[in-house]
Amino acid sequence: MNKPKIQHNLAVKNEPSMLVIRPARGWTALKLRDLWIYRELIFFLTWRDIKVRYKQAVLGVAWAILQPLLTMIIFSIIMGYLLKVPTDNGVPYPVFSFVALLPWQLFAGALQRAGTSLVGNSNLITKVYFPRLVIPFSAVAAGLIDFALAFLVLLGLMFYYHLHLTLNVLWLPLLMLLALLTALAVGLWLSALNVQYRDVQHMIPFIVQAWFYASPVVYSANIIPSAKWQLVYALNPMAGVIQGFRWALLGTKAPDASLAVSTVVVLALLVSGLYFFKRMERTFADIV
Amino acid sequence: MSDIAIRAEKLSKRYRIGALSQRHDTLRDQLMDWGTQVASRLSRRSNNGAGTEAMNEVWALKDVSFDVQQGQVLGVIGRNGAGKSTLLKVLSRITDPTEGTVTIRGRVGSLLEVGTGFHPELTGRENIYLNGAILGMKRVEIERKFDEIVAFSEVEQFIDTPVKRFSSGMYLRLAFAVAAHLEPEILVVDEVLAVGDAEFQRKCLGKMGDVAQQGRTVMFVSHNMSAILRLTQETIVLDKGMLVLRAPSNEAVDFYLSAGHAKAGERFWDLDEVPVSAAPFHPIALRLRDCHGQVVDTIRSTEPCTIEMEYSLSAPLTGLRVGIYLNTMRGEAVFTSFDTDDPALFERHTSRQAGHYISKCNVPADTLNQGRYSLGVNASSYRIRRYFEDEQALDFNVDVVGAPGIQWSEPRQGVVRPRLEWKIEAAS
Repeated sequence: MNKPKIQHNLAVKNEPSMLVIRPARGWTALKLRDLWIYRELIFFLTWRDIKVRYKQAVLGVAWAILQPLLTMIIFSIIMGYLLKVPTDNGVPYPVFSFVALLPWQLFAGALQRAGTSLVGNSNLITKVYFPRLVIPFSAVAAGLIDFALAFLVLLGLMFYYHLHLTLNVLWLPLLMLLALLTALAVGLWLSALNVQYRDVQHMIPFIVQAWFYASPVVYSANIIPSAKWQLVYALNPMAGVIQGFRWALLGTKAPDASLAVSTVVVLALLVSGLYFFKRMERTFADIV
Repeated sequence: MSDIAIRAEKLSKRYRIGALSQRHDTLRDQLMDWGTQVASRLSRRSNNGAGTEAMNEVWALKDVSFDVQQGQVLGVIGRNGAGKSTLLKVLSRITDPTEGTVTIRGRVGSLLEVGTGFHPELTGRENIYLNGAILGMKRVEIERKFDEIVAFSEVEQFIDTPVKRFSSGMYLRLAFAVAAHLEPEILVVDEVLAVGDAEFQRKCLGKMGDVAQQGRTVMFVSHNMSAILRLTQETIVLDKGMLVLRAPSNEAVDFYLSAGHAKAGERFWDLDEVPVSAAPFHPIALRLRDCHGQVVDTIRSTEPCTIEMEYSLSAPLTGLRVGIYLNTMRGEAVFTSFDTDDPALFERHTSRQAGHYISKCNVPADTLNQGRYSLGVNASSYRIRRYFEDEQALDFNVDVVGAPGIQWSEPRQGVVRPRLEWKIEAAS
């Protein structure tokens, strides 16, 4: 079919797309391809989150560095100096905790933002159509800049302690992906639930705090007694991620089987989260 | 079929009022609700179950079917709550229909408000990109049209200022400028022109006219009858969720304006016409009385009249204001007034006890020009909540017998007809 009337619109494809809107029932297809089509929107929403976060803050983006740095200093004083928590392979405590703080803050920030993202963007949900998955995805991605800045600090810290990078660094992107997917998977569940039950947003800080103690940020995963318990511990994907980070950057013990368990857990959470989200999605605009 | 852009078949949308007015905002509520459900199921009062079910739901749309031809501009009119916004939300995929289907050929762009997603902390430039992306524009498309958008908005020199420092007029102009450069094949527009000053509205209407000229398919919802007449050839009229008429726009507008909900200067609200969410405010009646206290549907321009709103409160309210909108039948605002506009009155009636009230006001003589006008009602607490609103509750006529200038039979322009004191002096 030719459409001479609309020739000024470059974005339109040659043939008009057919769209049928009908009531959705039961479990529906995930349509993840939509996310690719709307990738620019994901980018712009992420960019907005990053931009807005540091506007009208005197120190601006420096907070991305100060936050993990100050946290690390507190941990080093209390855990490292006063409590003398043992580290792996005798790595200095500041580096030991900072290496874990990087993925932890990436994860915790992503989870917090994703969990409240739908309610926070209710003005968009009730006024414009786009695949709702775009919102938690962009919320999760918004922590990457902070991570990159904090990573520079880590490099400085490693240089100071005469620690050298190895090729294992190349595993970091995969580990980061695992951390982000964990946040996304849980964030999908929480954000969809939060649309109807605002209790969720009160629960999120508590979930994050409990998860923090369940992850080897301030202590070494080696304190978990037997191999059997190590596997149970690995049900927490962040345990695998943090051990992975220490291994890739500091050359401590490799995470081995626990990482496999973590990956399986994340994938199960993610797939179920996606389906749950899709199922709840159709009522978001009516009840948010 | 191939030149049909939108085909809606037996479209219905049900909302559960229960889910709106007493939402389960917390888990505890939900748990308690489940508890009562189980309890009532155990007690087996089977025959009243169906009754409560029907009470708790409302069909915002019911069996609505229509086609829109490619390149057609179709108007949608109807009173508040007639289902116009729900229809647009279904068409723009924001919410799913409960029943029925819509088949759409082409990319849909929807404008249910201007400035969706504008962030106050971001600059004008940044918001153009963000808002454009939210409305479905590609980045290259926004870049290509950027200068045009800025020029249209007339805020060039503030383009790098955060929009929170914009005046509301500038904000609207920028927001509309982005929206106006959206170029989907099918455009769904809701009342975005109802904002801004007259000059801005004229500009928006002009732009909408251009859009229509370019042969795009447009569905246009408005309360502004002159905009409907100007932009559309055909219009559908919705009432209580049903499509009651599809006709050439002038016929549809006539039908809509004369569909007599206003009887002889008095408007009563039935219980089922008032949304549950209005509680504790319950509108009873709106009346127009002439200077002799009679309820009338035609007043004289040269005599004062009284507008009274009768209502009851089922619970005490703080900060309530009850007011009226006066509009021409073409949808132009004449004035808005509230019963507690006077600070002293507001002070005295800051909180109103539960009970039965009448708020009334006098409209002085020599105010309105000849024509047909419409009264709307609003009951709200400023910035807290709007309890009830009916933008077109009562229509009435103004007769200008004896008004200034009546000795010349020509019609006078304008909505007001004041009696001004003129002096004629010999200039030295």
